[in-house]
Formats: sequence, structure tokens, C-alpha cells
Amino acid sequence: MTVVQAAGAAAATTGAPVLEVRDLCVSFRTEGGSVSAVDRVTLDLAPGEIVGLVGESGCGKSVTAMSLAGLLPDSARVSGSVRLEGTELVGTRESVLRRVRGKEIAYIFQEPMTSLNPVLTVGRQIGEALQVHERMSRRAARARAVELLSLVGIPSPATRVDNYPHQLSGGMRQRVMIAMAVACGPKVLVADEPTTALDVTVQAGILKVLRDLRDRLGTTILIITHDLGVIADVADRVVVMYAGRIVERAPVTDLFAHPRHRYTAGLLSASPTPGVHAGSQRLQEIPGLVPVLSSQPDACTFADRCPAADARCRSAAPPLEPVGSTAADHLAACWHPCPTPRTQPEETTP
Amino acid sequence: MTVLTVPMAEATPAGTTRRARVLRRLRRNPLAVVSFVVLALVAVVAVLSPWIAPYAVEQTDFAHTFAPPGTPGHVLGTDDLGRDVLSRIMLGARASLQVALLAVATSLVVGVPLGLAAGYFRAWDAVISRLTDLLLAFPFLIMAVGLAAIRGASLTNAAVAIGIAQIPGVIRVVRSDTLRLKSLDFVAAAVVDGASDLWVLARHVLPNATSVILVQATVAVPAAILGEAVLSFLGLGIQPPAPSLGTMLATAQQFAARAPWAAVLPGVVIMGLALAFNVFGDALRDALDPKGDR
Amino acid sequence: MSRYLITRAWQSALTLLLSTVVVFLGVRALPGDPALALAGEDRSPEALAAIRHHYGLDQPLPLQFARYLGRVAQGDFGESIRTGVPVSSMLTTALPVTVELSVLAILIATALGVGAGVLAAVRRGRPAEWLANGLALVGLSVPHFWLGLLAILYLSVATGLFPASGFVPLGDDPVGNLHHLVLPAVILGTGLAAIIMRQTRSAMLDSLSSDYVRTAKAKGLRPRAVISRHALRNSLIVVVTIVGLQLGGLISGAVVTEQIFGLPGFGKMTIDAVFQRDYPVIQAVVLLTATAYIVINFLVDLLYSVIDPRIRVAGGAA
Repeated sequence: MTVVQAAGAAAATTGAPVLEVRDLCVSFRTEGGSVSAVDRVTLDLAPGEIVGLVGESGCGKSVTAMSLAGLLPDSARVSGSVRLEGTELVGTRESVLRRVRGKEIAYIFQEPMTSLNPVLTVGRQIGEALQVHERMSRRAARARAVELLSLVGIPSPATRVDNYPHQLSGGMRQRVMIAMAVACGPKVLVADEPTTALDVTVQAGILKVLRDLRDRLGTTILIITHDLGVIADVADRVVVMYAGRIVERAPVTDLFAHPRHRYTAGLLSASPTPGVHAGSQRLQEIPGLVPVLSSQPDACTFADRCPAADARCRSAAPPLEPVGSTAADHLAACWHPCPTPRTQPEETTP
Repeated sequence: MTVLTVPMAEATPAGTTRRARVLRRLRRNPLAVVSFVVLALVAVVAVLSPWIAPYAVEQTDFAHTFAPPGTPGHVLGTDDLGRDVLSRIMLGARASLQVALLAVATSLVVGVPLGLAAGYFRAWDAVISRLTDLLLAFPFLIMAVGLAAIRGASLTNAAVAIGIAQIPGVIRVVRSDTLRLKSLDFVAAAVVDGASDLWVLARHVLPNATSVILVQATVAVPAAILGEAVLSFLGLGIQPPAPSLGTMLATAQQFAARAPWAAVLPGVVIMGLALAFNVFGDALRDALDPKGDR
Repeated sequence: MSRYLITRAWQSALTLLLSTVVVFLGVRALPGDPALALAGEDRSPEALAAIRHHYGLDQPLPLQFARYLGRVAQGDFGESIRTGVPVSSMLTTALPVTVELSVLAILIATALGVGAGVLAAVRRGRPAEWLANGLALVGLSVPHFWLGLLAILYLSVATGLFPASGFVPLGDDPVGNLHHLVLPAVILGTGLAAIIMRQTRSAMLDSLSSDYVRTAKAKGLRPRAVISRHALRNSLIVVVTIVGLQLGGLISGAVVTEQIFGLPGFGKMTIDAVFQRDYPVIQAVVLLTATAYIVINFLVDLLYSVIDPRIRVAGGAA
């Protein structure tokens, strides 16, 4: 595992990224006008890397994930660039995107109960992607589904393949979701809150499956969560989002050891230690509300909740820049980054 | 008793604002406004028709049978007996509404208590469900056939047959709403306070179930109007020479070759009436839908 | 068979028994002496006594009921008072017409209703949805017997495209048979189509916004596959239930439609019987309708469990 991690880390710095996201903006047309959900997100995913995208609900992390393969509803306006091995996906025709979905970029969703179709067998649902993308016959797809079920650690896959979702436990359903997602050997696997709906013990099993997939198949995984324990457990790098913007980006150990953005520091104030399985450590409550993601182009979105905010924070948005830290690829968007080594954020400081 | 008023006091202000919100939503929906105006006009005409109809409905004029619409003195023409079609349509619409109201009232009087009981008392649920199944097994026309065989065909029997056939629908919606309300805190609080079942049903459940009952009634009325037309057309409802839109169509069928226009107008009126009720019912349901609150 | 289906089976059986009791007592509720009603023209004391004896009216009520049940179970519904023809043989000639008409109407209504409902849901907020919604409202509000009248006037009589009335048995001339039935079936299906459309639309809107449809899209399926394999399949459960529940309305509608188009079916037989006070026929008609309703709704429950695996395996009430 360490070998692959090292390979992944090396690829992140030297090799060509499998997915490049540049200045991705998403807004939704609503009755009350346009509402911005994602603001200038820039992100690279290296082959074989596991990147955690973390933030509170409503911070735009799921919208970012869905926009990668054009899965947002018609009311969404997407600009910027998403390149999959050099091929532009934003603004591309549906027919092209359909060949990408499930084949190159695959998804795992939060609720394994509702995300699986209740009236089709799991084998059928896993086989569908194979029938579409690999032109497999139904029989061949079913045989491959059995292999995939065994790959994700489902016991007696030959009988389970003919089960309906309601006959499986929550953890097994999520394994089915994963089997479905990796059926066509996607380059990028996007896992949107894959363990949130599950028990802690089941969570650990699912995360192990994801790690194994990366190790054995070299799949790049973008894992979206608000659970820092999950990040600490599987991610190589972490991207922190707040109110539609990336506020900090760093290797996982570095971020946990030296958070630079005040928001990240707030999140980590009851932080788990990377490498040690942290169970269900959830984000700590930060005073104040996540701002409505309308237009705040000339301010730091966190200013209203930040203990260190001053006039500059309210008049200019800080750029995402390298902050002199132990790691060169540690970026934060903050005018007043936390000093290193890591300190407890002092909420009472004016 | 004083304790009991507490949950009500909490429920009432919310109820008032909700009513205001529903009314505001209805006013903003042009379809709701148009259908409401149409229904109000029809209601006025129906109530006043015995006095404002240009001719007495049974006044025949054999010198002027089958006058086409536009004939001076008979705007909508005359029928096979020279009777004024406009007058008969006005009184026919009145009869349609009478049957519909009687039918829906019958279904509510029987269905609401049964639905409340089925939703509130577990022990009654199975029995009432079997009753519902039993009623469903007799379609309104078959029910009307049976009633006509036993008691003869009449306006009342048509209304009763339609009303009985609508009972299962009323039971179903009232039952499910009672189940929902029973699980809510203010009802549970009243039960904990030791209120009698009857009191809880009458003061807490029924008032809050009125909106679903109202929606059910608005969809039942057009169904009843169509039902009356069918029964009268077949001779199982309102008996000639009393005017009814259904019997007018039955007559028109016999003379379709001579006076094809006579087959059009009563049908248009029936459809217009039913359409207005259906459109208003849809708008009312949308306005009452809590999902729309967001 | 799951517990759910066993429960449904005995509930259906109970309802069937109860409906038989209702029909049996209905005849006893006839004004005056039922023998008088059953006698028809010949009302001599001897004839009445013979009728009382023939129908067992001189015996205790429970025994009469038991005997009635026994006869009905053997398909013996007595004889028509007017013609003396056994009711069962009247039914054998009339029923196929009605069954064929109803099946055709259900097929047409399902095709139109599901098609329009899916279209309205997929093209949400566009002209196609408004059109479908509007047509459904009109379909719900139009008296279909009137539509039938207009169709005869303006399609059959005026153009001669369709026969205005009459019937040719399917076995004699399949083409002629369809030619006679297609217009009545369309007319009969309009109301049902409107109801199916509205239910399909709302069920489709629910499924289209569901998580499993999102999963299906994320798999790279074509919109058509997403709609038909994933969204529609789940919505069909609703449609099947609606068709079952609307069967009563369909039977009522069939009676009127047959009357208008002069089809020699069950409906015509029923109306004729009412006006001729042919009580054995009415009794048989009412009982048969109830039985058909109950049995078909039980079959719908079976079909349900074919479509929805959750019912098939787990059971439990919906």
C-alpha cells in the first residue's frame, strides 16, 4: 500500500493528472434569480490517488462532484473546464458525456437503499453499464457481475447476483454500488458520502474496499465527505471547501498537522490523527451559519465567522496560494493563515 | 378541560395563517379564479333557474318543434315537443347539482365517521376495510341498477347509488389522514391528558382533516355530475318529463338525424360543469399541498 | 406464496361471500312478495305457490341462502322471467362482447395514458405537458356516452368510416369484429386513459427525481433506457393498481357504451332486465359484476408481486 501511495504521490507531482478541473463555476437558476453554488474551483487528480473533498453540507462539494460528468439538472449553469486526460467535458454533447459516465468517471452515492433500483436484481444493475459500454451480452454481463461482487467482498456472489436490493444489508448494498461503479474499470471514481448512511463498523469495511480498489486497479478516487475520520482513514490529499470555494488544499498528514486556513483549523479543533482509524469523528460546530452562496466576489466568504477577520478580509477575496509550510503543495486562501506549528484556534480573539 | 385547550390554542393560529396562505395561493392561480367564477355563476343560475328561465320547462309547443338554435324566442332552439332548450338546460344543470350535492353529502355523512373510526381504532380497521372492499365491488351503475330494481328509478335513488359508490374513496382519504394526525404531538398530548376518544376525534382530528375531505368532495362532485348524466341517459335517474341533461341527450339520440345540434349542447354543459369542478379541485389540492409551502 | 398474498386471498374470499349475501338479501328487499316479483305475468295463487316452492321461498332464510350459494356455484342463476331462457346461457352470449370491449378499452387507455403520462413527466414545464394535462382534465370531465353520441353522429353516420351500431362475433369475422368494437373501445377508454395519465405522470415525476434514476444516469445509460427500465418500471406499479381500482368505473362505462352502440353485451342485457323487471337476470348481473371485480383485483395483487419484488419476497402490507 505504501508503495502505491508513493507512486500516487509521485504521479501527483510529476505525471499528467487524470482529471484537471480549472475555474469550475456552477450556478443555479431559481425563481429568485441566479444562485452560485461553486465558485472557481481548481483541482487536479493524479492517477491512483485518493483525494478527499471535505466541507459542511451545502458548501458545494456534491455539486462539484456531480458537475464533473455533467450530471447536474438543467437549471445548472456550468463554466470553467473539466478535462479528463486532456478531453474537455464542460459544454460537451450529451452523447459524449454518456460515454464518459460509468466508463471513465463512475459514481457511488450516499444512500445505498434509494440509489439502487428496487425492482431490478443487483446483477442486472451492475451488468447494465457493461452492456452499454462494453457491448457485453446480458449473460456475459451477469457473469462479470458475479466477479465484481466477489471483488468488493460480497460472500456467495453467485446467489447474491440474483438478489433484489431490499434483500441485502446496508453495507452490502453499498458494496453493490461500488461493484456497479467499477464495472467498466473507470479512471476516476467519485464517492459522494459513501459511508454516511452506514454504521461505523460497516464504514471501515467500505473504506477498505475503496483502498483495495486503488491498490489493485489503480483507480483514482475522489471521496466527498463531511466526516474527517473518513478523510484521515483513506485520503492522500485533502481539499477543503467552504461556501462554494476551495479554502485549503494539502497532503492529508500536512493538513491535519498544520491547518493554515482558519476554517480548516476550526474543523480540526477536535481532530483525529491521520493514519489512526478515527471512527465517526464529525465536523465540530463552528459558530455562525454557512453564508448563502450568492455573489461575494470581493470578500472572504468565511469572514463573518472568522476570529481573525479584518477589513481586508471583507473587501478582497484571498487567492488560493502556497503557504510557506512543510509541504510545497499546501495551499490556502486566507489573508491571515494560522501560524505553524499548529495552534488551537482562539475563537474569542477579536 | 382547561388543559385540553392548550394544544388547540397552539393549533389554531397556525390553522388561521395556513388558511390565509391557501386562499392567497388560490387567488394567484388564474385557473382557480376562472373555475371558481364559472362555478359561482352556474350556482346562481341553478338556484334562480325556476324564476329566470325564459319558459316553463314542461311547456310544449307543437307548432315549433326542433327549432334550431338562434330561432327568435328560443336562443338554443326547441326539442321534439317544442320545449325551450335553454330553459331545460338551466333546470337540468340545477338537477345535476342537486344530485351531485345529495350524492356527495351521502358519501361524506357515511364515509367520514367510518374513515375516522378506521384510522383511529385499530380494532375497527379490519371490519371497515372489508366493508370498503364490499362497496367497491358494486360499481355505481350496478348499484343504481339494483336500487332501481328494488325501489324504482328516481333522482333520489340515483343520488344515493352514486353516493354509496363514493363512500370507499371518502373512507380511504379520511382514514389515512386520521392515521397521520393520530401520530402528531398535539393529538397525542390530548390523549395523554385523558380526553375521551370521541372528544379527540371531534375536536382535534376532524377539524384538521377538513382539507383532505374538502379536496375529496371537490373531485367527487364532477364524478357525481357525470354519474347522474349517465343514469338519467339510461332512464335510471331523473324521470321525464322532469328536465335533466342526461335525458335530454337520450332524447337527442332518438332524433339525432333531424336535430343533431340537440345532442351537442347538453353535453357541453355537463362537460363544462365537470371541468370547472375538476380544475378547481386540482387548484385546491395544489394550494393545500404542504410541499408547496417551501 | 407470501403471507401478503395469503392474506389477500382470504380477504377476497370473505368479500366475495359478503357480496353474495348482499345480492341474496337484495332480492328479499324487493317491495312486496318476492314471488310476486318473480312471477312476471302469471300471478295465479297456484303459480305463486309453485314459484315459492321452486325458489325455496317457503324455507328458512339461512337454508335458502345455502341453496342459493349451491346453485350459483354450479353456474345456475335461474331463468329469465321474460323469456324463460336460462340466465347462464344469456351470459354466455353476452359476456364475450363485454369482455372483449373492456379488454380493448383497457389496452387503448393504458397505451394512451401511460404514453401521455410519461411524456408529460419527461417534458415537464413544456407545451407537451400542458397539452397532456389539459387533455387529461377534459378526459376526466367529458361524459363519454356523449362522446359516443357525437362519434356516431359525426364519424359513423356522416363519414361511414365506422359502423354506428351492431356487432359481429370475433370468431365469425375478426376484422369486422374489430371494426365494430374499435370506436366503442376508444370512447370507453377515454376516462380511464385520463386517470392513468394523471397517475403515471405523478409517479414518473417521483421516480425521475429518485436516487436510483440518478444512479442510472451516472452509469451512462441513454435517456430512453433510464426512463423505460428504471423510472417507468417503478411507476407501473401505480398504473396496475389504478386499472384494478377503476374496473368498477369501466364496467359502468361498458354498460352505457353498449347501450349507445347497440352492442349485444352484458350492459345491454342489464338495462333491458331493469326495464323488464327481470329479477333473476338483475341478480345474476349484480353478483357477476361483484365477483369479477373482486377476482380481478386479487389478480392485480398477484401481478403487483410480479412487478414489485419487495412484495414477492418479503410480504407485509403496503
